[in-house]
Amino acid sequence: MVTQKQKIDIDALLNPSNTDFRMVQILDEEGKVVNPDLMPDVSDEELVQFMTDMVWSRILHERSTALNRQGRLGFYAPTAGQEASQLGSIAAIEKEDVLLPGYRDVPQLIKHGLPLSQAFLWSRGHVEGNDYPESLNALPPQIIIGAQYIQTAGVALGLKKRGKKNVAVTYTGDGGSSQGDFYEGINFAGAFKAPAIFFIQNNGWAISTPRELQTAAKTLAQKAVAAGIPGIQVDGMDFLAVYAVTKKAREYAVAGNGPVLIETMTYRFGPHTLSGDDPTRYRDNEVLEGWQAKDPLIRMRKFLTEKGLWSEEKENEVIENVKEDIKEAIKEADKAPKQKVSSFLKSMFEEPTQGIAEQIEIFEAKENK
Amino acid sequence: MAQKTMIEAITAALAHELETDPNVLIFGEDVGKNGGVFRATQGLQEEFGEDRVFDTPLAESGIGGLAFGLALEGYRPVPEIQFFGFVFEVMDSIVGQMARTRYRMGGTRNIPVVIRSPFGGGVHTPELHSDNLEGLIAQSPGIKVVIPSNPYDAKGLLISAIRDNDPVIYLEHMKLYRSFRDEVPDEAYTVPLGKAAITKEGTDVSVITYGAMVREAVKAAEKLEKEGISVEIVDLRTVSPLDVETIIASVEKTGRVVVVQEAQRQAGVGAMVMSEISERAILSLEAPIGRVAAPDTVFPFGQAENSWLPNAQDIEDKIKEVYNF
Repeated sequence: MVTQKQKIDIDALLNPSNTDFRMVQILDEEGKVVNPDLMPDVSDEELVQFMTDMVWSRILHERSTALNRQGRLGFYAPTAGQEASQLGSIAAIEKEDVLLPGYRDVPQLIKHGLPLSQAFLWSRGHVEGNDYPESLNALPPQIIIGAQYIQTAGVALGLKKRGKKNVAVTYTGDGGSSQGDFYEGINFAGAFKAPAIFFIQNNGWAISTPRELQTAAKTLAQKAVAAGIPGIQVDGMDFLAVYAVTKKAREYAVAGNGPVLIETMTYRFGPHTLSGDDPTRYRDNEVLEGWQAKDPLIRMRKFLTEKGLWSEEKENEVIENVKEDIKEAIKEADKAPKQKVSSFLKSMFEEPTQGIAEQIEIFEAKENK
Repeated sequence: MAQKTMIEAITAALAHELETDPNVLIFGEDVGKNGGVFRATQGLQEEFGEDRVFDTPLAESGIGGLAFGLALEGYRPVPEIQFFGFVFEVMDSIVGQMARTRYRMGGTRNIPVVIRSPFGGGVHTPELHSDNLEGLIAQSPGIKVVIPSNPYDAKGLLISAIRDNDPVIYLEHMKLYRSFRDEVPDEAYTVPLGKAAITKEGTDVSVITYGAMVREAVKAAEKLEKEGISVEIVDLRTVSPLDVETIIASVEKTGRVVVVQEAQRQAGVGAMVMSEISERAILSLEAPIGRVAAPDTVFPFGQAENSWLPNAQDIEDKIKEVYNF
């Protein structure tokens, strides 16, 4: 077969292959609807719930920080600024969907069904924090950045093989999109047309490394092109946009079309973790203030107040309730029994091996002294 | 009963498990239509369908993640890593994830995955195909490491591994794939994990070994038998966890021991076996523990294999040294 000869411009081929990925936004910083066509079909009650969720998460962040400072919590990765990205996405996810969170994604886990007291036990380093009932379709927060991505491809293929109308959902950060497992995860899910939703929460920084140092790609959403799957960039400070995009991605995946990659443009107001990171060493205060003006709570509050669905009184009531829940959860966590080496040994295998059986005896003798 | 090579025994075990448990899934690079680079999965996709036996993209880490995720959804994945030298790409999935999940979730979840992978020297492979890396996984809590040395054990151990509810690394020595045949029952049977076998009974010196070195030890023992030295051979079969009971019983009987591995001296599980013996049976020893292992260099260039790999002669010499101590 003779194909028509085309003139190829080598210089043009050498341009960076950055596609135009436009950011999806519904609510602007003033709480005005800028894309009415994209407005999700939600009731007033749901809108109030969305705002309640974000206030809950912000207070949980503030209390977690304080409790960490008092030594009543252990590992904690701050979430302030990412409420729309975290809660907006999980609000569009069903209970039967499987969640594979990263270490900063504790709010989504709690919304998916993990009791708050267990989230606190996880932070402290207690096995009962990861004691998930069969009905909780989730894994504990993943510490190895990227591992949750390849595992999500497997869970999603499992859901597809079982014929379930569900998705596997996972999150990583902007730094995480440089890992090999990030690419392998989205590529496997694409090759198997598996129902997965992959989130990159681009909060600008991977500890002290700015997002621009991770890659020359103009957006992180365009990395989806390497896997041959859709990639969407969304305003991660806009709850309604994150919710609408996630809902669409879920429908697309459940319908058998394969996975979707979603980049949420967000910012963490606090440090990387409370384990000694000091963002003033590397971050410009003016930029932070610029992002604080984009606070997802501010624009949603304006939007709902305008509609007569939200008030200061209502917000204070939510705050008081959350504080009360947190107190109760900490008390509950305090009740967890001291961890025993013998029970750790017993949970290594279904049946203890020769060596482990010996060690169980030794440790039980010590523990019963 | 039929005479089968080790690879035929492995294929038979896989077919049995695909047949009896609908959750068993086999996948990896070229294991489907192609039947595997060594034909270990020959005919399985044809018989059980693409839904049960399928190819994957070329990425070991992704294969590990796929297995992990499928296990969470209630499947019993049996993925293949084409050569165990490629395990470095998937170390996190195996050691950092699968091996830890039961523990990290307080026993509420488990990962019943069996990773099959060929390894082993003597067949002049290119780089990083033959390396003996079992020691890396044996150092990791939460996962078992199985290395069969003959067709009968290969089938029974693989069926046990697939039925085990915890992760297992199942290593297949390439030199043993087709080098001899054994009587292998047609029906499904199991060989217990974590149990060594006495390949040959003897009274003077115990040889504790595994994998391709079992055959080398048998050759050495047969020769020494004629010289009046009676050698007992213990085939570990599972190198993690070790069957310490069987090892110690043999050492207490003979009072002399040689530990043999194909891996480099600083690798493998030989040092682990020696320390268990030192700790538990030192008063039974009439001579220091002997050791046969490869030199502490990178696995040799193909043409240098013969002078590098431990063999029957090395074992014979070491047994004599320990016997005449």
